Amino acid sequence: MNAPARLDAQVNGDCAPVLRERGQREVFCGLTGIIWLHRRMQDAFFLVVGSRTCAHLLQSAAGVMIFAEPRFATAIMEERDLAGLADANQELDRIVAQLIARRPDIRTLFLVGSCPSEVIKLDLAKAAQRLGEAYAGNVRVLNYSGSGIETTFTQGEDACLAALVPVMPALPADAPTNLVVVGTLPDIVEDQFRRIFADLGITHVGSLPERVVADLPGIGTNTLYLLAQPFLGDTGQALDRRGARRVEALFPFGVEGTSDWFHAAAAAFGIPTSHVDAVLAPYRARGEAALLRHRDRLAGRTIFFMPDSQLEVPLARFLSRELGMVLTEVGTPYLHAGHLARELAALPPGVQLSEGQDVDRQLDRVRALRPDLTVCGLGLANPLESEGLSTKWAIELVFSPIHGFDQAGDLAELFARPMRRRDVLRV
Amino acid sequence: MQLAVWTYEGPPHVGAMRVATAMEGVHYLLHAPQGDTYADLLFTMIERRGKRPPVTYTTFQARDLGKDTSELFQTAAMDVVARFKPDAMIVGASCTAELIQDDPAGLVERMALPLPVIPLELPSYQRKEHWGAAETFYQIVRTLADKSRRPSEQASRRPLVNLLGPTALGFRHRDDVAEITGLLGRLGIDVNVTAPLGATVADIERLGEADFNILLYPETGDLAAQYLERTFRQPVVRTVPIGVGATNEFVREVAALAGIDPAPLLAQEESRLSWWSRSIDSTYLTGKRVFIFGDGTHAVAAARIAHEELGFKVVGLGCYNREYAREVREAAKRYDVEPLITDDHLAVESAIEAAQPELVLGTQMERHIAKRFAIPCAVISAPVHVQDFPARYSPQMGFEGANVIFDSWVHPLVMGLEEHLLTMFRDDFEFHDGAGASHLGPGHAAPVEQPVAAAVEAEASGWTDEAALELKKIPFFVRGKARRNTELFAAERGIATIELATLYEAKAHYAR
Repeated sequence: MNAPARLDAQVNGDCAPVLRERGQREVFCGLTGIIWLHRRMQDAFFLVVGSRTCAHLLQSAAGVMIFAEPRFATAIMEERDLAGLADANQELDRIVAQLIARRPDIRTLFLVGSCPSEVIKLDLAKAAQRLGEAYAGNVRVLNYSGSGIETTFTQGEDACLAALVPVMPALPADAPTNLVVVGTLPDIVEDQFRRIFADLGITHVGSLPERVVADLPGIGTNTLYLLAQPFLGDTGQALDRRGARRVEALFPFGVEGTSDWFHAAAAAFGIPTSHVDAVLAPYRARGEAALLRHRDRLAGRTIFFMPDSQLEVPLARFLSRELGMVLTEVGTPYLHAGHLARELAALPPGVQLSEGQDVDRQLDRVRALRPDLTVCGLGLANPLESEGLSTKWAIELVFSPIHGFDQAGDLAELFARPMRRRDVLRV
Repeated sequence: MQLAVWTYEGPPHVGAMRVATAMEGVHYLLHAPQGDTYADLLFTMIERRGKRPPVTYTTFQARDLGKDTSELFQTAAMDVVARFKPDAMIVGASCTAELIQDDPAGLVERMALPLPVIPLELPSYQRKEHWGAAETFYQIVRTLADKSRRPSEQASRRPLVNLLGPTALGFRHRDDVAEITGLLGRLGIDVNVTAPLGATVADIERLGEADFNILLYPETGDLAAQYLERTFRQPVVRTVPIGVGATNEFVREVAALAGIDPAPLLAQEESRLSWWSRSIDSTYLTGKRVFIFGDGTHAVAAARIAHEELGFKVVGLGCYNREYAREVREAAKRYDVEPLITDDHLAVESAIEAAQPELVLGTQMERHIAKRFAIPCAVISAPVHVQDFPARYSPQMGFEGANVIFDSWVHPLVMGLEEHLLTMFRDDFEFHDGAGASHLGPGHAAPVEQPVAAAVEAEASGWTDEAALELKKIPFFVRGKARRNTELFAAERGIATIELATLYEAKAHYAR
C-alpha cells in the first residue's frame, strides 16, 4: 500500500492538514447549476452568453435531454461578435428581444456570463441594466457569472442566488423576525421542512430561491437565514450585507444534521429545546429506522470523495457518524471554513481533507487506497468501475432529494446501492 | 450571436477528442478553462468507455489569467509526456483559450518534446464538431503518414485498403467497421489500416501501403482521404454502403479497383431487406410518408433506402451540417422535396409539424420531437445517445446493416392488418388508438396522452360537431394529415365551416 502516511496522523485531535493541489480539475463549471435552477424558478429564464461549448455542456450535463422546452438557452457568440463589443451588445439585445417574444411568460431573465464572455470582458451587469430599463415593468433582468474560470459546479447557484439578494424586498426595522432558508431544495423537501417549522412555531419562513422569483422573501435586520446547502459563500455575504444574520448549524443531511439544523433555528427564535425535541422525536425515530437498514452494509467500509459539489464535507460527516463509514480522503473544490466550521469539528479526527485538484495524482491515491466506494464525477466513474472500483456518481447527490429526516434513508441508499449491486451481480 | 437551446454538434475541439479517443497512443493536450472537462462524460457515459479519454486539460482559472497561462500549458505538456508516454501528442485550444491567444503550437514547438507533436488550429467561433474531427484526423495523417511507403508488389498478396473516418462517439461506427471489414474479406480484400478508430501511430505511418482508400464517413474522413489521394495517388471509394443498392454499388466499385469479379459475392450475399420488402405483408409500407433529418451522409442514404427499398414517400429531407448541404440539395431534388439545411432544431420541429409524416428518421433531437407529436421514429444519425450504443451487433452498413435498418425503421410503425382493424373498429373499448399499437407494449407513448395530439383534437374549431367526430375516427397516425389537408382544402375554396362532406371531398381530392 502506498497510502499517504498523513492519513492516520492526528493533529491536535483535529483533521489532518488540508492537502491543497493545483493541476487538472475534473469538475463542472457553474453553468451546470442552471439545470436545476431553471426548474426551481418557474418564472425565470437563464440566457447563457457564451460559446457552442457552453451550449454543448448544458445539454450533455443534463444527461438526458429534458425536452420540454427548457427555460434556458445559450446566445452562442460567433466570429463577428468578437470583433467589436458594441456589436456584441447589439446582438445580445436582438437575441433577448427574440427570446422575450418567444417566451412572453418570462418575468425574470438571468444573463449568465461564461468563460468567453468574461475573457472578452463583455459587461453583462451593464447589459442587464440596459435591458432591464428597456423591459421595465415587464421583465426583470439580472446577471451573474457561471464561468469555469470563476466558478466550480455548485458555485453557479451561489452566484445566481447572490444576484437575487439585492432584489429581495426590504423589511422595516420593526418587522417581526423572519427566517429565510437559503439554497435550492426539491419541492417535497421544502414542503416537509415548512411543516416542521410550523410545528415548531416558526411562521415567517421564506426560501431563497422561491419557486417563483416574484415571491422572494423580504429581508431586513430582523431576518435570520439558515443555509440548506454548504456552497453558498457569496450568497451568505450578500445576505450579511443586507443586515440578515446567519444561524450557525450543521447542514440538514442525516438525522443528526437535520436535528441540529432545526434546533439551531428554534434556538434563534427562542423556542424551548424540550418543545423542539418533542416535535422532532417522531421524525428522528423514522429517520433512524431507515438508516439502520443501510448501516450493516456501509459500516466499516471505506469511502473516498473526489471534489465535485462542495457537499462532500457534510456528507462525509453523515456517512462517518451515522453509518460508520471510514473516510479516506474528503476532496472538495472549495473549503469554506466559516460555513463549514461545525461540520469540520464533527468529522472524525485525522481525516485527510483536500481542496482543489490534480486529478491524475488524486486518481493515483484512489488506486493505492482502493476504497470500497469512490464518489466522483461522470467522467471518472466508468473508468474506475472498469478497474474494479465501486463508484457513486456525485451529480446524483445534487439532483436527488437527500436533505431532511425522511430522505436520510434515501441518502444512505444512494451510497449502499453501488455496493449492493456489486454483491448481487454474477457477470 | 445565435440563440440555441439544443445543438446538433459540439465545438470543434470535441471533434478532435473523438479522433484522439478513437486512436491508441495519441494524447490530446487541450488548453481550456475549468469546466471544459465535461466532454469526458460523452465518452465514459454515452459510449460507456472503460477508460478516460486521453485528454489533458490545462483547466486555467481567473486567477491564472493575470499570471502566466502559457507556463501552465508547458507544465501540463511535460506532465503528459512523463505520465502517459504517448507516441504522439496533439495540442490545441478550446474556445476560451483561443481568446487568450497563448499560441499552444508555438509553445510546444519551443519545448522540443521527444515525440511528434501536432498543433491544431480549430476556430471555435466558426466551425463545429464534425469539421474539428475531420481537420484533426487530416493533420494527424499529414504529419505522421510516412511519405516513402508504397504498396508492395501486388502479385504476392491480396489487395489492401484503408478504411477512413470511423471515430469514437460515432453512430454505429464500431459495428460498421466490423461489417465492412468482413464483407471486404469475403471479397478477397484485406484491410491495411482502419483509422482513426483503433489506429496507432505506427498504423498511420503505413497508410501509404494500401492500394486504395475507402471513405466510410465523409464528415470526418474526407479531408484525410483527399490528402492521401494527392500524396500517395490512392484512389478513394466514396460510395457509402448504407442500404442494399448502395452496398451493391460499393461492392462493384471496390471490386473494380481491386481487379476482382464481384459477381460471385453479389450472387451469394443478399440482404434480407430485399425479400422482406417485397413480401406481401410489407404492402402497407407503400407510400408511408417519411421525414428524414440527420448528418448529410446518413440523411441522403436514408432517403434512398426509404424511396427505393421500402417504397416510402420522402416528405422531408435535411441535414444540420452545412458542409454537406450540396449533397442533400441534390437528393432533395430527386425526391421532389424542399431541402432543410439548418442547425436550429426548432426549425426542424416546425418542418416536421407541417409535413405530418407517418415516420420520422432522424437524430436524438428528432426522436424527442417525434415523441411529442406521437409520430413513430427511428434514429439514423449522430448526435448520439446512450441508446445508440446497443450491446448487440447492429451495423448500418453492408447487407447486415440493411437488415438492421429494415427492422429498426419498420417496427415502430403500426403493422399491416392491425392498421386496418384500427380503422374499421374505432369504438372497441380496448382496441383503440389511445391504447397504442399492441406490439409496442404498455408504456409506449399513447398518442391521446400526448399534448400535441390533444391539441389537434382541441383546436378543431371551424368544424361542425359531426365532422369533428368523423375526424376522430381516422386513425391517429394519419389524423393530423387529414385535418391539415381538409382545412387547406376548405381555405382554398373559401369554405368557412367544415362539414362531413367537406372532409370526404378533401379526402377524394388528396387521394394518393
